Amino acid sequence: MAVLDILTLPDERLRRVAEPVTVFDEALRAFIADLEETRRSGPAAVGIAATQVDVLKRIVIVDVSGRKNTPNHGYLVLINPEIVHWEGYETAREGCLSVPDYTGNVIRATRIRLTANDPWGRPLELEMEGYEARAVQHEMDHLDGTLFVDRVVSRRTDLFRRKVYQKGGQPKGG
Amino acid sequence: MLTLVGADRPGIVAGVTQAIFAAGGSLGEASMIRLGGNFTIMLMAAVEGGEARLRDALAPVAADMDLRLHIDPVAGGLHQHLIPNVQVRVTGADRAGIVAEITGALAGVGFNILELDSDVAGDPRRPVYLMHIQGYSDQPIEALEAAVAPIRASGIAVDIAPVETLIG
Repeated sequence: MAVLDILTLPDERLRRVAEPVTVFDEALRAFIADLEETRRSGPAAVGIAATQVDVLKRIVIVDVSGRKNTPNHGYLVLINPEIVHWEGYETAREGCLSVPDYTGNVIRATRIRLTANDPWGRPLELEMEGYEARAVQHEMDHLDGTLFVDRVVSRRTDLFRRKVYQKGGQPKGG
Repeated sequence: MLTLVGADRPGIVAGVTQAIFAAGGSLGEASMIRLGGNFTIMLMAAVEGGEARLRDALAPVAADMDLRLHIDPVAGGLHQHLIPNVQVRVTGADRAGIVAEITGALAGVGFNILELDSDVAGDPRRPVYLMHIQGYSDQPIEALEAAVAPIRASGIAVDIAPVETLIG
């Protein structure tokens, strides 16, 4: 296993579109082990995409199981992931291993359903919400050359906690 | 740190930044927003020759666009951003003292404000004050809630929530 170098902005290699994985072999699984070791080696990242280590394959890892009170599927390796359904939206703050020392507010779908393959090529179908769904959307963006900085909304664009306002019966935004 | 303020009109940002660029300067972090008909700029800039050179470079555009200019020498360079972990939203019937009370209560428990913006909205006869703060606290949310409880009891809505940053 090895810790791989992480590409950082403005490296143009982060902007390329990754290719689907077609061969599910030991070499793929060895790379996934390296990718996971790389994720764990830096700041507390809940996910990583192959693009971030200059491998143009549609592979992401997400694991939000370390966060309290968060519905999750544990350690997830998603190969050739596709979101087939999404619902709702919410804004929250994100950062990225490839964008050191910057965070910003990003709008993501609240709930998603997705298909993918596991490291042996077996089909997966998952439904997820909230923090885990956000992490998957963030990582999947990398596979299409998109970074969260492309999606940041104004710091003054305030979309937080709208649901709470509605529940509380307090004045709603117009 | 440059501070520029003047009656809002198109072209202020372009005029200011072109003057700095033409003087060989470069820009860092900035906050620019329209406040009550004024356009306000707070801008980090670095230029060879420092304050005097910057003042000379900006004098024509400041005169042309009727901007008031203030310059403070500050330490520059890249730094580690502080990431907010708490947001506070405040709404209530406008009256004097809301900001002082809220920020006083928060400061009392060590809350560090990183961003604050506020607005007055609503009907002119019944104006509403809205404020949005993001900051850093090493205290639990409950401690902040307790600190603002007396203000809430006076009819001001105060919503305190954690801000979590997903690193992916």
